[in-house]
Order: sequence, then structure tokens, then C-alpha cells
Amino acid sequence: MAATPKIELRGVKKRFGPKVVLDGIDLVINPGESLVVIGGSGTGKSVTIKCVLGILRPDAGQIFVDGEEVTHIGGRRRDAMLRKFGMLFQGAALFDSLTVWENVAFGLIQGRGMARGKAKDIAIAKLAKVGLGAEVAGLSPSELSGGMQKRVGLARAIAADPEIIFFDEPTTGLDPIMADIINDLIVDTVKDVGATTLSITHDMVSARKIADRIAMLYKGKIIWHGPTKDIDASGNPYVDQFIHGRAEGPIKMEVKA
Amino acid sequence: MNVLAPIGRAFLGLLAQIGRLSLFLAAAVTSCFRPPIYWFHILQQFMRIGYFSLPVVGLTAFFTGGALALQIYLGGNRYGAEAIVPQIVVLGITRELGPVIAGLMVAGRVAAAIAAEIGTMRVTEQIDALTTLATNPIKYLVVPRLVAAVITMPILVAIGDSIGVFGGYVVSTQSLGFSSGIYLKNTVDFVTHGDVRSGLIKAAFFGFIIALMGCYNGFHSKGGAQGVGAATTNAVVSSSILILAANYLLTSILFVK
Repeated sequence: MAATPKIELRGVKKRFGPKVVLDGIDLVINPGESLVVIGGSGTGKSVTIKCVLGILRPDAGQIFVDGEEVTHIGGRRRDAMLRKFGMLFQGAALFDSLTVWENVAFGLIQGRGMARGKAKDIAIAKLAKVGLGAEVAGLSPSELSGGMQKRVGLARAIAADPEIIFFDEPTTGLDPIMADIINDLIVDTVKDVGATTLSITHDMVSARKIADRIAMLYKGKIIWHGPTKDIDASGNPYVDQFIHGRAEGPIKMEVKA
Repeated sequence: MNVLAPIGRAFLGLLAQIGRLSLFLAAAVTSCFRPPIYWFHILQQFMRIGYFSLPVVGLTAFFTGGALALQIYLGGNRYGAEAIVPQIVVLGITRELGPVIAGLMVAGRVAAAIAAEIGTMRVTEQIDALTTLATNPIKYLVVPRLVAAVITMPILVAIGDSIGVFGGYVVSTQSLGFSSGIYLKNTVDFVTHGDVRSGLIKAAFFGFIIALMGCYNGFHSKGGAQGVGAATTNAVVSSSILILAANYLLTSILFVK
């Protein structure tokens, strides 16, 4: 591993009041790789992503993007770093005051100052990539189904040809067929733009499909990581329980909050 | 259990709240002077905060002016001083009732709308999405609303003042037996630039309070629909209280020499 990792987390910790969410995360994502972080609800998957993006500030530890430390940067340097990123949110998080194409072109127009006409052409091309026709471009996001909103969210994430794309629960809330379509789109579009990706999910079907490597997060720590093909022979009882979805095992769900 | 603990907790909570609000205020104000400035959004907010509030402000000002004329007439009657109606109406409207009534009405209309809109954007991750698209949410969402509110409130109040005085004029001439010419002459002779100006200065402060509390509560809303509802209530209640408190302070600064 001579190449500089695209993203590296070293001992990242984050707590909210007395609740420790991340308890020293170490994670390396290599250029062009697709890493999927799996773990139950409330294990800190979203918080990990938000720390990298700078939406949350970690309490301790360091985060590197392209070898540059970005843990505490702000302002213009943060904006410059964020231009490398695209993100698909769990609920798509489309701006409901804007039309579909304006959503897709948002990063181009606001983030990069591109002219609207040119940005619209790119937006329509990106919508075509995720299987949506030009006729949806002028609609408002609330007129779309959940699956279509996810596609628009994906088009927005890849609009500026980012080097790194984050996927937050890309298949949650979709029926199995639409989930598979989204998985295919993710694999295809990522290959297309050659991006490095970090996804978080608890959907093992999705994880197996899109991951080169899988890491499992449990109680704020990475307890296992390895190539996707090794996950069935991990020898880790926590991983086994999770991937087979068993109620019995070492992982005790905190039913009482 | 320590009986003092809840008091201490509430006090610490209050301090944390004040700290958060101060940081938000500082970020919002400094962002007003740093590019990019979203001119289109400022214009949009002019319409939403100013223009669409005109009917509400106009109607309340009209009825307030009318009721004021009636009260002064009835009260003045006891001392044989009913002729003073036009002077007191114009003074009361321009100095106090115009800005305060408009402020409270706009607080109900606009602070609630801002908090609900930004709160919904917060809980649906649209604000995080803005950040990942290299767009500062404070500059994109808060600054246009602050600027528009501070500029449009004095204009609204100027219009409301005129309508309020007109309301007093209508009641006085139609049912209290004042002659139209004398009423208008007494009004114009009595009112000074200072009276009107002080009301407009108050209005600008009230506009700032309304936009700030709407944005702040929306930005810090938590949870789903319930959180947005709470943010909306807090925005209206806190901006109304702050308007009345600021009104007293400003009155004592502007008039007590």
C-alpha cells in the first residue's frame, strides 16, 4: 500500500453528552475503492460520515483526505475539500423549493459558479445516467416517488464528477427491486466516474453488491474489516450474527433506550 | 436527590442556549458582509416577508388607529379634551403602536414560516446537503432573510403608520364629528420627523429579531414533525417577547434624553 489513502481516519472519537458514539475509529479507504461500513442502527455510521464532511467536529483523532489533514479546517479550505465530494442522503434530502434539474445542478451553479444554461445540460445528462428522462427535469421533488427521489439524489451526488462519493443507507425505504436498481446504478455510475466511495448500510444484499471491502462498526469501533468475499468466513461472531440477521448472539440490541 | 440540581440544570441550559444564540448571531452578521451574496434570494424574501405581509399589517393598523381614536375621544371627553384626538393618534401610531403591532403580526406570520421552512430542511438533512454541495447554509438561508427583514420592516411600518392614521381619521370624521380639514391639519402640524423616524428605527430592529429567531429556532430544531412544531412555536414566542422587550429599551434610548 504505497499509494496515499484517499481517506484516512485515525482514532476518531465523538460523543454527545454522556453517550459515546465513536470510540476511536481507524479506517483507510484507498483510491478507487468501494468501502461499505455495516452496523446496526445507532452504532455511529452516520456520525462517521458527518465527521469526515465536517458537519460534525470530532472530539479527538485525525481525518485525512488525499493525505491532507482536514479535521479542523473551515471556511474556504473546507469548501475546496467538499468540492471533491458527492453525497447521497438517506432521505435523498432534495431541496423542495427547487425543481429536479436545479437540485442536480445545485453544486455546479452555487458551488462552482457555472452558468445556468450549461449546468442544466449537464443536469439532464446526469439524470439520463440514472435512468430519468428530461421530462422530470422541470418537476418538483415532491411530485416524485421515493425511488425516483433517490435517483435524483444520486444524479446530484455525481453531477460535479466528484472524486469521492458517500452513500448513506442508499436502499433504505425502497422495495427490493428498486433497491437492486439503485445498487446497480451505484456500481455503474461509480465505475463511470471512477470515484472512491464510502457507503453505510445495514442492508447486506446491498453491501455485498457494491462493496470491494466491508468494515463492521460496533459500539463505536471497527471490529472487523476485509474483502467482501471473506465476510462469510470472518470467524467473528459479531459479524456472523449481523450478516445472518440473528436475534441471538453476542450483539445485544439495546431495546430499552 | 439534591433539590438544587434541577435549578442548576435549568440555569446551565439557559446559559448554553444564550451561548448558542450568540454564536449563531455572530456567524449570521459576519456572513452578511462576506461574498457570495445571494441577491436573488434577498429579492425573493422581500416579497415573502414584506409584500405578502402588507394585508395583515394594513388591516391591523387600520383597526388599531380606529380604536385608538375612539378611546382617546372617550377618555378626553372626561376632561373636555376630546379635540386632542388627531395629535394623540398620530403620536401613538408612529411612535408605538405602528411598529409594535406590525412587529407582532409579522412575528406571527414570518418568524413561524421561516422556522418551519428551515426546521424542515434541518430534519430532512437538506441543510447538511447544502454543506456537502460547498454552500454555506448561513449565507444561503439566513443572510437573505435577515437582510430582507431589516429592510422591509421599516417600509411596512411606514405604510402601516399611514393606514393607522387613516383609520383614526375615518372613525373621527365619520362617527365622532371631526371636520376632515381640521383633523388632517392638526395631524400634520403636530407630528415631527423624529416621531416617524424613531418608529422606523424600531421597525428595523424588530425585523432583525424576527428573522434571527425564525432562523435560529429552525436551524436548531431536532427530531421530526414534532421538533419542527416546537421550533415554530419557540420562534413566534421568543420573537414576540424580544420585540416587546426591545421596544421598551429602544423607547428609553430614543426618547429619554
